[in-house]
Amino acid sequence: MFKRWLRNSTIAMALAFMPLPAFAQDAIKQGGDIVITYKDDIATLDPAIGYDWVNWSMIKSLYSRLMDYTPGTPDLIPSLAETYEVSPDGLTYTFKLRKGVKFTNGREVVASDVKYSIERAVDPKTQGPGAGFFGAIKGFDAVTGGASTTLEGIATPDDSTVIFTLSRPDATFLHVLAINFASVVPKEAVEAAAGDFGKKPVGSGTFVLKEWTVGQRLVFERNPDYFVKDMPHIDKFTVEVGQEPLVALLRLQKGEVDIAGDGIPPAKFVEIKNSPEGADIIVDGAQLHTGYITLNTRVKPFDNVKVRQALNMAINKERITRILNGRATAANQPLPPLMPGYDKSFTGYAFDVEKAKALLAEAGFPDGFETILYSTNTDPQPRIAQAIQQDLAAVGVKAEVRALAQANVIAAGGTEGEAPMIWSGGMAWIADFPDPSNFYGPILGCAGAVQGGWNWSWYCNKDLDARAIAADSMSDPAKATERQAVWGKIFTDIMADAPWIPLTNERRVVAKSPRMGGSGDIYVDPTRVINYDAIFVKD
Amino acid sequence: MIFLLMRRLVQTALILLGVAAITFLLLYALPADPARMIAGRSATAQTVANIRHELGLDQPLLAQFWAYLKGLTEGNLGRSYAQKTDVGALIAARLPATLILMAAGIFVEVLLGLFLGVIAAVRRGGPVDRFVMMASFVGVSAPQFVAALLLLYVFAVTLAWFPMSGFGTFAHVVLPATTLGILGAGWYARMVRSAMIDVLNQDYVRTARAKGLSSARIVFRHALPNALLPVIAMIGIDIGQFMSGVVVVEAVYGWPGIGQLAWQAIQQVDIPIIMGVTLVSALAIVLGNLVADVIAPLIDPRIRAR
Repeated sequence: MFKRWLRNSTIAMALAFMPLPAFAQDAIKQGGDIVITYKDDIATLDPAIGYDWVNWSMIKSLYSRLMDYTPGTPDLIPSLAETYEVSPDGLTYTFKLRKGVKFTNGREVVASDVKYSIERAVDPKTQGPGAGFFGAIKGFDAVTGGASTTLEGIATPDDSTVIFTLSRPDATFLHVLAINFASVVPKEAVEAAAGDFGKKPVGSGTFVLKEWTVGQRLVFERNPDYFVKDMPHIDKFTVEVGQEPLVALLRLQKGEVDIAGDGIPPAKFVEIKNSPEGADIIVDGAQLHTGYITLNTRVKPFDNVKVRQALNMAINKERITRILNGRATAANQPLPPLMPGYDKSFTGYAFDVEKAKALLAEAGFPDGFETILYSTNTDPQPRIAQAIQQDLAAVGVKAEVRALAQANVIAAGGTEGEAPMIWSGGMAWIADFPDPSNFYGPILGCAGAVQGGWNWSWYCNKDLDARAIAADSMSDPAKATERQAVWGKIFTDIMADAPWIPLTNERRVVAKSPRMGGSGDIYVDPTRVINYDAIFVKD
Repeated sequence: MIFLLMRRLVQTALILLGVAAITFLLLYALPADPARMIAGRSATAQTVANIRHELGLDQPLLAQFWAYLKGLTEGNLGRSYAQKTDVGALIAARLPATLILMAAGIFVEVLLGLFLGVIAAVRRGGPVDRFVMMASFVGVSAPQFVAALLLLYVFAVTLAWFPMSGFGTFAHVVLPATTLGILGAGWYARMVRSAMIDVLNQDYVRTARAKGLSSARIVFRHALPNALLPVIAMIGIDIGQFMSGVVVVEAVYGWPGIGQLAWQAIQQVDIPIIMGVTLVSALAIVLGNLVADVIAPLIDPRIRAR
């Protein structure tokens, strides 16, 4: 008995002192210059305008916002705000700003800057894509309609207090204040840039833009006055643009590049993975992503729920994850596993060709039917569309694949009665912020089922819409868990109507040099992709 | 000469107008709505409508085209939808890089083409001729993307003689210019070879030989200038070819030129940039042909006489 105890405890001791996987034991080090590559040029660094996954993380680091997230997690924390209070009815949010925070032009950040920045993001003249996020603020319609240029619902009684008044409760409002569009900018710098603020950014974030040579490189240096101690960790990062992903990877292997932002081209993935340094180079992390096929409920025969359910059983999702080199897992509900509200116990529709055929026969299509499946035309999406096509053929459904440029697929999806089926790969959906409501309104709610909308199933369930509004009215932070459960139920209930075939939850892959430290979560951060504030160099 | 120039200038203006009209109509006839692309996935219908209004996309097509032409006459190429910057400035910032690449590419292709063509012509029918013709055939047929990656792998990764990508020093330009030049060099070699064979068979060459001139002098002083004429005409046409080639080459080597700019703009449906790059390319092609037309008589007096 004693021996067994001794043996067990020795093993436990040995385990406790065994080196953990490399990334976990890296001590965070300050300093270091790194090089990051991207294929596409940086379109803009204006926080009211930038909305692609490359500039998103840079904008995050150039500016600060009232709220932010703990690096690598979907957990909200106050940032520019020191404290905040939510009124019991969920209609008033009061923020106290941190004192002594300065823009990188030297001026102190005050409450009126917050008001100005959000009004600028909403102002139609700015042509910003994020205006709609602020829809709950009182006076929003007056500004977007052109009747006013200031938001009635933002008050600044003194330099360190901002009070938001909402026209309806919005439980996601703290997330809204953490997205890039809510970044605080100094009015004088915006005006001095004369329409070119996107190339001459001034903020109060972790980094400052030092150099921008169009089409070649951007150099960011740490902001020595940033208000959180020892943040960021690296001194400088240089972004080299216009780099073909394959070339970037070769340069990374030679040690010239530290992070290949576009990841690993599908054709190279297996080779890199099996190479000796593969494990050190590949970082993959879960994102708030679900890939799905929309079944257009306003196009025959998808108006028949049995047809939609049958097709949900017809697709071999495991095979599709193999096409993605295993960088994905099969999905059974709209929400991705990382999203609060995801229902682990839900099983959805299992892959079952016979059952699918039987259900199709019951719906009146014993011999199947002909339809059209839209997809974007960049690898690997057409290959996935072909796999779907084969699976559909196995149950008698003949689908013609239409692989088009992304803009054209989006246009077809947003036109009523146009696209019977769309494979969303390469387009949708990655959540803007880690809240389940972001997976409902635009893509499954009635509001999205409009001309130019993103609800490509044209699914509109008034009952679920009412439940969604009720859930988003639960703004009391104490009710957060209850609210998540309500949302989770909405998404599993949707699956009874089967407007989608949820297919995959894809992980994002970034390639990094072995000298870069930190866990995968800060290279594929759920709210900002690469978290420039948190990454560090080991040597 | 003045008349020729005047006529060409008018033609140039008309061609550019035609290019502008066709590109404009094609781009705006696309089902993809630029306002929706800018607005992104989370925008409300109101946001999309506001953006469309701010861009003037809710105006009738003809009115939009008229406004665009009016801007052009003032030298204004419009503002990028995605980058919210002047298109003129974006192109101006990138044009020098493309011009350097094109000049270097033309240099490589002419030099390589002349060299190979002359050797092949002089050693006509021999193994050297056959090898050169075969090599030029490969050069003409290899897709530029493949050639680019192959050169990159051999000379930048394995041998590490040149940097893999970027812009700035002479070493940076070697591989992209070679990639760009190989294709044309193949054509030039074939063209120079047949022109040289033609010339070498002419009476004055036989006379020169009979005079006892060295064969190098015959080839380079007497025969080559006469074989050059089609080459010069070809360079003008080549500029157009190059404009499409630079898109691929710039992408692979990370060369910060207008090809990259255009490629990205196409993906984002950033119509003002696509329009601007198309117009600048069209202008380059027309100017290239014009220059070739002006230079030809300077080299060959027979053309002037006509």
